[in-house]
Amino acid sequence: MTTLVLIEAEGASIKKASLSAVAAARVFGAVDVLLVGAEGAQEAARIEGITRVLHADSTPPLAECIAALIADRAAQYDHIVSAATAYGKNILPRAAGLLDVQPITEVIEIIDADTFVRPIYAGNALATVRSRDAIKVLTVRNANFEAAKLGETASAPIESVSAAVEIPDARFVGIALTHSDRPELETARVVISGGRGLKDAENFKLLEPIADRLGAAIGASRAAVDAGFAPNEMQVGQTGKIVAPDLYIAVGLSGAIQHLAGMKDSRVIVAINMDPEAPIFGVADYGLVGDLFEVLPQLQAALEA
Amino acid sequence: MKIVVPVKRVVDYNVKPRVKADNSGVETQGVKMSMNPFDEIAVEEAVRLREKGAASEIVVVTIGVAEAQPVLRTAMAMGADRAILVQTEAALEPLAVAKLLKTIVDRENPGLVIMGKQAIDDDMNATGQILAARLDWPQGTFASAVSVENGRITVTREADGGLETVDLALPAVVTTDLRLNEPRYATMPNIMKAKKKPLETIAADTLGVDLAPRLETVTVIEPPVRKAGIKVASAAELVGKLRDEAKVI
Repeated sequence: MTTLVLIEAEGASIKKASLSAVAAARVFGAVDVLLVGAEGAQEAARIEGITRVLHADSTPPLAECIAALIADRAAQYDHIVSAATAYGKNILPRAAGLLDVQPITEVIEIIDADTFVRPIYAGNALATVRSRDAIKVLTVRNANFEAAKLGETASAPIESVSAAVEIPDARFVGIALTHSDRPELETARVVISGGRGLKDAENFKLLEPIADRLGAAIGASRAAVDAGFAPNEMQVGQTGKIVAPDLYIAVGLSGAIQHLAGMKDSRVIVAINMDPEAPIFGVADYGLVGDLFEVLPQLQAALEA
Repeated sequence: MKIVVPVKRVVDYNVKPRVKADNSGVETQGVKMSMNPFDEIAVEEAVRLREKGAASEIVVVTIGVAEAQPVLRTAMAMGADRAILVQTEAALEPLAVAKLLKTIVDRENPGLVIMGKQAIDDDMNATGQILAARLDWPQGTFASAVSVENGRITVTREADGGLETVDLALPAVVTTDLRLNEPRYATMPNIMKAKKKPLETIAADTLGVDLAPRLETVTVIEPPVRKAGIKVASAAELVGKLRDEAKVI
């Protein structure tokens, strides 16, 4: 049997989270990837260790259509996998619903073909679950899996597919992307995040020179997002993005449970906070107690030195 | 248009969960329980749609133990008109919950189902999508704005790189993200009024749904504890440690 991995392209390139999902799925055996959208098939064909690329170039980018497409072909697969991104989390549970199986979301470890580890209660507990379903539908946290590599040339055959079923009436209107020249938050090697301690959106810019110097992505706590200091997609936490960079620098954020759920698997955590009792110091490898408005310029100077 | 709002009783989000000593799950006995925060947002949005004239009746539904009734009363104090408790002692997975909800939706015949995008206990983020699939309705997940017009709903969704907009024929299933609204507090007079609103109880095992779990919980453990860190005195010392000790910059 084979695994189907739903992957996602950004322009003509495959998202790194999808490459992690492919690598995770390869432990089950042979992998087919499914790509929906006009672009990206050529790069998908370069993913190492896959059998073939199923390309649905005329399917609208809607959960209704993509879940139908997956369910339509599911009998050929024993596992259906995607990255636990907003894209995968929208589509895979719907596909599971069509197939009458219980999805297993946000998997952080694959024990065997039926057994998976996933965090519950905002990462305050880890549950190991064994699925009794014939087809396992799962989303995997890309931060916990290495990315599959891209070969020099396209080696997997590309096969055109489409859904042969009626879909409910939904229309894709459009997407307003937040433009950023910085690395993607979920795959960045270094992340610097700001909290309510930054006091306003203008002060969030204080993080930029340090992010530039370190090649870091910029994140935010929910409090900072709710206060309008930063856009939603910068939010790190249980209800935002889950990151696990080599270095995570938390500036002016207290470290609420919901935030820690999104970053406590980072390799090295640095906390800069005025309050020595802030919970963030409980997970930080290096803590600096001080006024961030004094510390940030000093940090910048020290990095330049 | 009638709106059905499924809500869940969960361990309060301010409580630090404790794993049971026998590793069978998380301790819920004697712990403060509340309405799942995303579901409060769903109730609020339903009430706002009614205030705008886009909805006529709001029915809240929960599935679980008798002790979940206060969550339904809270929703009615926020503005829901009546409530349904689908009563069961069983711990149910999203698939079974979605199937039970479908029986309620089939009976109530609403124009819209609004529910939270995920429950903060199992963190599954699946029930709304499964329900939409089983109803064969369109879905607007992770909604940060909605508007209803001419039998359709426009949903602004929180996508990976920004905001995505979809336009769905009603009936549809919408799941709420945090930015959709700020839920109102129930006032004392409304809490009193909510006590008189109808609350119907239905036994889950009378609904003809297979509730057997598909996932067996093998074990639940505490996550690994991070090694205690150190405090540094200055930014220069911090950079030194990151360069020479942690070797991450």
